[in-house]
Amino acid sequence: GSGGFRKRKHDNFPHGQRREEKENVNPSSAVMTSFKSFQLELDTRHDKYERLVKLSRDITIESKRTIFLLHRFTSAPNGEEILNESEVKLDAVRRKIKQVAQELIGEDMYQFHRAISPGLQEYVEAVSFQYFIKTRSLISVEEINKQLVFTAEDREETTNVISNSHDKQPHTWSLKVTPVDYLLGVADLTGELMRLCISSVGNGDIDTPFELSQFLRQIYDGFTFIGNTGPYEVSKKLYTLKQSLAKVENACYTLKVRGSEIPKHMLADVFSTKTELIDQEEGL
Amino acid sequence: VPKKCQKAREHFATVRTQMESLKTKFPTDQYYRFHEHWRFVLQRLVFLAAFVVYLESETLVTREAVAEILGIEADRERGFHLDIEDYLSGVLTLASELARLAVNSVTAGDYSRPLRISTFINELDSGFRLLNLKNDSLRKRYDGLKYDVKKIEEVVYDLSIRGLNKEATGGVGGEK
Repeated sequence: GSGGFRKRKHDNFPHGQRREEKENVNPSSAVMTSFKSFQLELDTRHDKYERLVKLSRDITIESKRTIFLLHRFTSAPNGEEILNESEVKLDAVRRKIKQVAQELIGEDMYQFHRAISPGLQEYVEAVSFQYFIKTRSLISVEEINKQLVFTAEDREETTNVISNSHDKQPHTWSLKVTPVDYLLGVADLTGELMRLCISSVGNGDIDTPFELSQFLRQIYDGFTFIGNTGPYEVSKKLYTLKQSLAKVENACYTLKVRGSEIPKHMLADVFSTKTELIDQEEGL
Repeated sequence: VPKKCQKAREHFATVRTQMESLKTKFPTDQYYRFHEHWRFVLQRLVFLAAFVVYLESETLVTREAVAEILGIEADRERGFHLDIEDYLSGVLTLASELARLAVNSVTAGDYSRPLRISTFINELDSGFRLLNLKNDSLRKRYDGLKYDVKKIEEVVYDLSIRGLNKEATGGVGGEK
């Protein structure tokens, strides 16, 4: 029966016959033609996905650099300069986001969402950080999206657009940050604000920590309102948020209890030890 | 066989009605947001449609034809559509089922069907080789195709060395 088949030597298997059969497949048959078009379709889709991933990575990197820059604001007398520089950086990020929007014209955004989500979250984090430093308040998602409406700037762009599109195509592109991406970005923001709190104390600024404590508490309340009804990533970030809030509250406590005892120039030392511990915890 | 195919086609009418109602549940430009919900079912439906069409005509059903059978669009622009990867997944499932059919055909005494299945599957395999797949579920399923191809080859080989396919094709083939 067929049980003996496996014991047969490999040589006896009709490789020659198989090769013959494969060569007999007509390369322009209906099936082959269909698959050639499938190949094209899949390649196009994958290429676009990859382009979006690359853009997302660029957005992430530049946003992170903006955040580092903004951290320097607290200790620098040239605060205005830093804010201006951050705006330049964020404009560069927005230009990348514009490219994302252009790639997504005519596409279902959700098909490529996973490619761009990390970048957008980082951008939300950066832009909301800058907004907080300027206004001590939380930027809204509508405000963010208002800045993500783009028009064709230079003539070169307009010519390309005209040649590639129908007459009715408006020369504006926009990207809407989804509520989820916004939430995740804000959650990450709280981590940066916690760092801001610690470093501001080290600079002798004892007002900011208390402001931050209030602010973070409000954000935390907002997140608890959502609780477990959001996607899994939000719940995960909620845990980190709790820890950040606790650190800030502890810092305020230390200031309150011990602040009057310790001369200002030594306050930095008290908190620098604490900061080391915190940084170690976070594996920085 | 033709009667069963007819009956199967009738079942597809129910499918079409369900699809109609599914289409209305969400905005058409957010297809991919909810795509995962019906992906598995859709793939199975593609397989079933492909199987019926194969039994009727021994050809590969086209994307457009599947879309018509299921009562959905073929292109994304026109609304609830059949994603190319879902279509391909369904086709791969068809390959596995045809491997099974080849084996059972022999058991039932039909020695010619496996040969025709073999030609069909080899063409499918050549087609799939053209695709540049990513390491996703489609790729994993495609990796299973070579086992289907091998199984069918074994069936054909078993028939040919015993001269059984000679009976079926009237003396053509069966060369070692």
